[in-house]
Amino acid sequence: MWQFFHKLGSPRWFYQISSSLLPWLGVLSAALIITATVWGLAFAPMDFKQGNSFRIIYIHVPSAFLALAGYYTMAIAGAVYLIWRMKMAEIVLRVAAPIGAVMTFLALITGAIWGKPTWGAWWVWDARITSMLVLFFLYMGVVALAGSYQRADLGSKAAAILALVGTVNIPIIYKSVDWWYSLHQPATIKFTSKPSIHPDMLWPLLLMIVGFYLLYAVLIMLHARAEIVQREQRTRWIQELAK
Amino acid sequence: MYFDSIGDLIHMAGHGVFVWSSYGITFLALLALIIYPLRKKQKLLKAIKQRSLFEQENVQHESKT
Repeated sequence: MWQFFHKLGSPRWFYQISSSLLPWLGVLSAALIITATVWGLAFAPMDFKQGNSFRIIYIHVPSAFLALAGYYTMAIAGAVYLIWRMKMAEIVLRVAAPIGAVMTFLALITGAIWGKPTWGAWWVWDARITSMLVLFFLYMGVVALAGSYQRADLGSKAAAILALVGTVNIPIIYKSVDWWYSLHQPATIKFTSKPSIHPDMLWPLLLMIVGFYLLYAVLIMLHARAEIVQREQRTRWIQELAK
Repeated sequence: MYFDSIGDLIHMAGHGVFVWSSYGITFLALLALIIYPLRKKQKLLKAIKQRSLFEQENVQHESKT
């Protein structure tokens, strides 16, 4: 167990393992996302209340899921880095921030585009939307802090602390549609009860969510690999790799 | 297909602009997230290779003189 943990912290080991995983994950996630997109856009039936604008759900919900999952990834990596000073955790902390920021941005922008035909407004200062905007600022804060020190390790420490403090926002996002009166519809998929969506509409959504999770793994690996090459460029194995 | 024609699919009874623009923005952003680290890594590896060649030449040069 400890040996595995030790290996996990080694950039070289991560680089090798990700080399063999990336093609599989990449192909699988691309296949899922393409299938779900075609299904969701052209084959799923129309929502009788919202019309065709509901088709935005197939990218809005997965990117919102990943905005939150990305925050866990970043915060956990931050904690591991602060406690054990693990190299790979520092790298994941740093690369997870911009990826998460893009995911949150996508959730916000597709939400705004969906809001216009459905609520008649691009933006409302509603609890769910506002807490997602706070999440976006938290991500940007981590990106900014990580890059604002001359010494990279100080930047990573500050970024890790901000990431951990920011986790208070996560339960607020989840509960926002229950705690406050909200225009935002409650969760479509729940673990505890049947989903409030027809199976014909649900399938593409589930495929897209799985596809997005796999894509997230691909993105973390791609960004981490670029970061590894940059940091380890003086080591022999990178010099060999460059030849 | 749910729609009667390709035209219907594009127009989506007036909601086409909203639906297609959200998908367009999402796919562009995801593509950028994939391409950026790949290009960054490629550039780095190229620079590292050139540097090591340069250093090798220097070493050879010094050993001759």
